[in-house]
Amino acid sequence: MRRVPGIGYLLVVLLIVFSVSGSGFATAANALNIGVQSAVLLLLALPMTLVIMSEGLDLSMGAVLSLAGVVLATLLMNGRPLPVALAAAIGVGAAFGLANGLLVVSLDLPPFVATLGTLGIAQGLALVATGGQSVVGIGDALPALYESRLLGIPFSIVIALAAFAVFRFALRQTRWGAYVSAIGGNRESLVLAGVRANRYHVGLYVLAGAMAGFAALLLTGRMSSGHPTAAIGMEFDAIAAVIVGGTSFERGKGSLGGTLVGVVTIGVLKNGLNVLEVASSLQVASIGVLTIVALVIESFLQPAARRAWRSA
Amino acid sequence: MKTLAYRLIAVALIGVALSFTTESFLTVANVLNVFRQASLTFLIASGLTLTILTAGLDLSVGANVGLSACLAATVMQSSGSVALGAATGLVFGAGVGIVNGLMVTLLRLPPFIATYGMLWTLNGFTYWFMGGDTIHGFSPGFRALGSGYWLGVPIPIYLMLGFLLAGAVFTRYTTLGHDVYAIGANREAARLSGVPVRSRINLVYVLSGAMAGLAAVVYLARLNSAEADIGEPLTLPAIAAVLIGGTSLFGGVGSLLGTLVGALTLTLVVNGMNLLAVDASWQPLVTGVIVLLAVWIDVVTRQRAEANA
Repeated sequence: MRRVPGIGYLLVVLLIVFSVSGSGFATAANALNIGVQSAVLLLLALPMTLVIMSEGLDLSMGAVLSLAGVVLATLLMNGRPLPVALAAAIGVGAAFGLANGLLVVSLDLPPFVATLGTLGIAQGLALVATGGQSVVGIGDALPALYESRLLGIPFSIVIALAAFAVFRFALRQTRWGAYVSAIGGNRESLVLAGVRANRYHVGLYVLAGAMAGFAALLLTGRMSSGHPTAAIGMEFDAIAAVIVGGTSFERGKGSLGGTLVGVVTIGVLKNGLNVLEVASSLQVASIGVLTIVALVIESFLQPAARRAWRSA
Repeated sequence: MKTLAYRLIAVALIGVALSFTTESFLTVANVLNVFRQASLTFLIASGLTLTILTAGLDLSVGANVGLSACLAATVMQSSGSVALGAATGLVFGAGVGIVNGLMVTLLRLPPFIATYGMLWTLNGFTYWFMGGDTIHGFSPGFRALGSGYWLGVPIPIYLMLGFLLAGAVFTRYTTLGHDVYAIGANREAARLSGVPVRSRINLVYVLSGAMAGLAAVVYLARLNSAEADIGEPLTLPAIAAVLIGGTSLFGGVGSLLGTLVGALTLTLVVNGMNLLAVDASWQPLVTGVIVLLAVWIDVVTRQRAEANA
């Protein structure tokens, strides 16, 4: 029997508070709305979970997503077909992921500073390419795809849940998943078993970059345009979702299910604050507060941490 | 010390290159301007240097400068008192530092996560607090703090030199300063030798926050206006200045003098790009590359030292 993570209690409390205080929160339409709003975040948070489990971090994901969105929108504006534009966006993301992976794994740079550097580079490229302006006039193909539904479920939710299923299967049922889980905390035995741990480690960052590129599909579809700073800071939402979902920076512990709960909690929080007409700028701050509250609850749920807290 | 000399030579080389390629670089006005700009970066980066010396990090300094400046500006305008406004900035900045310190020592969060969360939290509050407003038009006496001169030298430069001196005394001649290095070099050894590790770590985050608050006041006096986004472009340069200055991310190695050299190097690069009419949107890209290079040098230096040991 697995212990309920602290965020589970918090989600229930949030759901009750918003249902009672905000009319129009507890409706089926709004539930779908939360799903649509959380889809991009889930696409970032899934690979972020794996990167954090490897005792790493990728701060560049928001900036890379913005850059990929600019690439996608620019190619569509120039009349290229959607698959080509999407492949280019994923390619740009994967290239940044490869750079991150080589910096972190081959050059041994601390992940948070290495990816902070590539954050600056990705953001700079997006600004230089667009001159700070939005890329508009992307045609009908992507917005139409984004608005489509499968069995009544919006496209973005289908994509996000499919990605979740693929990640969960790959992590649990494949050899790749076993190796990737072992990179954080058990790397030595991986190397002793003859696995090229470095390749899998770099591969994780490439995956994170490629997923950021892929997420541009949903982000650009939602906005019907590309903007150089559209997703700046979204990596923090993703990190927050992963942490409140119970993944730890040490010893490679974590779960994709926890991250899904984390993403939903952040989605519920943002949506509920919207319904209560709280300014959107405060929602950013509320995620920071949510993370701290979740961590405090978590530390009180663990006897060892509770003792440390008392002796502090 | 030898590495610091190399870094100074690098600064000189950039300076020489710029004096040949541009006409306006080697003028008294521009050189003073470079130093004034560098002194602002130094003020922001000085507290950050202390946190990095303990093997920590404070990514929230830029956002802290932003919100502290906006709060200071608001209080200054509504109360008409410069002192009250400046005190607000300082106290708020230090308060942010207290929260950062507690997140690191009490919640045991990795410093980069705790302070990165603080960065976005502060940004959110700043936009909520300011909306799209701009506060401008401060008293000439206050503006002199940022843009005035004394004996022909900009006032922020005196501030920089004052804090450099105070910082040098703190880090070299006080027990507190020695503790900071000891914690960064080997936390467990420091704890076993009786250093109160947690309270020292709290102290460096408070100092980092307070310096951000102080920098906010000087920055406000320099800009003569406050907007929600003024803190945003400050984070990466501050970190770059510390790393270029030779302070190691792994803790225990580095100095405030190094951070000053780092701030100067970075300002020269940015100033050079301006004089060469490079578009400002290139700056985050160039700063990002510089950060990567500086960390890479740090890692290689450390690996060599370990190989020799």
